[in-house]
Amino acid sequence: MGSDAIWIVGSNMTKFGKHPDKDVIDLASEASRKALKDAEISLADVGVLGVGNLMNAGAGIGQQLQKQIGQTGIPVFNVSNACATGATALRVAVMAVKAGETDVGMAVGVEKLAGAGLLGQTGQKPKSETWEPNGRYGALSSTEGRIGTGIMPGVFAQIGMEYGHKYGGTSFELFARISEKNHAHSTLNPLAAYQKRFSLDEIMNDVMIAYPNTRPMCSGNCDGAAAMIVVSDEKMKSMPKAVQKRAVKISASVLTSDPWVDGCQILPDVNTLTRNAATQAYEQAGIGPEDLDLVELHDCFATAELVHYDNLMLCEEGGAVDFFESGAPWRDGAKPVNVSGGLQSKGHPIAATGIANIHEVVMHLRGEAGDRQIEGAKVGLAHVIGLGSACGIHILEKVA
Amino acid sequence: MSEEQKSEQEKSTGKVPFVDYLVLDKTPYLQAHECESCGSRYFDRRNACAKCFEDTFRQVPISREGEVTSFSIVQMGPIPYVSAVVDCEGTSVKCTLMNVEATPESVNLGMKVKLMTYSMGEDSEGTEAIAFGFEPSET
Repeated sequence: MGSDAIWIVGSNMTKFGKHPDKDVIDLASEASRKALKDAEISLADVGVLGVGNLMNAGAGIGQQLQKQIGQTGIPVFNVSNACATGATALRVAVMAVKAGETDVGMAVGVEKLAGAGLLGQTGQKPKSETWEPNGRYGALSSTEGRIGTGIMPGVFAQIGMEYGHKYGGTSFELFARISEKNHAHSTLNPLAAYQKRFSLDEIMNDVMIAYPNTRPMCSGNCDGAAAMIVVSDEKMKSMPKAVQKRAVKISASVLTSDPWVDGCQILPDVNTLTRNAATQAYEQAGIGPEDLDLVELHDCFATAELVHYDNLMLCEEGGAVDFFESGAPWRDGAKPVNVSGGLQSKGHPIAATGIANIHEVVMHLRGEAGDRQIEGAKVGLAHVIGLGSACGIHILEKVA
Repeated sequence: MSEEQKSEQEKSTGKVPFVDYLVLDKTPYLQAHECESCGSRYFDRRNACAKCFEDTFRQVPISREGEVTSFSIVQMGPIPYVSAVVDCEGTSVKCTLMNVEATPESVNLGMKVKLMTYSMGEDSEGTEAIAFGFEPSET
């Protein structure tokens, strides 16, 4: 038996943004067919298909995709795991290849969200004549606003503020500067939904959504798809030299859910499951955070990016503010974070995000990231988190 | 609170709590389900304990005093409000802060707050709903 390494041999993402002329299947088809072409492989060789889509989770998007690009009868896993949906689809493909069920797996994440507005707990029940308790809290009406908030910008704002309360050093301006960095990075990424550089003043004076997150500090709803082809070690070695040369090794592929910790059912704990996933991933890969040349982490809001510096152990515990202040996460810093522009500017078509962040790392490791190339990048980490919660971490290495 | 206790409370007072875990005593308080095995606390109806998997719980009162450990000023609707997490002597509670301006200058991490209740109005049968929030201890 050969090495059990899994390789990415094909990868693609569509331009993120508004695609009014394309439906979900158009976007998924585009990314899938280009990923296959990138791998110089036929759909006939693919033995398993993992497809992520959140907004139409019950619609069998995987089979709908097959109807347009090729019905080969292979098993399809339609997955839905909040913002970690894309990473979950990839996990399915990786697990199937690792288990020896097939040599070639394809993962696709796709979403159409442009104009979807705020996501989260917004449902209002029709008013009844008398007070009627509902649900697990026996609430007489929607708890939104009455008992705090469950809407994403507010939840993630509180997650950043909680970090500030625990360790100190945070401020509205600090969070805004994180956003300033990502928007600056986005100007070099032609696939980003927004490529506008904002000044700190512009960010801080924009519309407040949920303090301390203003509008540019929130990820943008948009349309997009990403797809990836993964193969076994044996298969990779049988592929054309040109494909082998561009292959990127998946050194770690990890998915976790949130374990019980005190208070986690009051304010979701996005920290413990990320730290657990990072610990497992570093162990699987046999490397440490100091070895990473770039990191794509889940900056769904500026307040979230800060806590993940710490959760991914890019700094010592409690040191996220100092880490940012040192300039490390800028593209010319010691540990570039979100050189794609992050979710705040690249955009966040939910189910595509967890594959698109891996695609970004692949591009750098192959040396194909164009103007935003991190020179000599050999190792990268992609992190995604879905509230609820699910965390996916992949560590990739350029070996060849 | 059981259904019987609840309807008993409603009959005697003409008031109902906004959520099951608000107890409308003379001095209202929040009440948690505490796992008899490991002490974990929950506010929702439970099937089992998420920490130790046991399924027996006792009702425990939560301190009416606490400290804000996190907050956000939510400005997406017509009226901005402060969503907060309050540490009530070791138990985290989610709430909206009341009787405080919804501005960053008026709310601080670590500020002391206390439980308060207010009327949400009456239904068609004259039953009054009572909701809770937390307000600055200094007022």
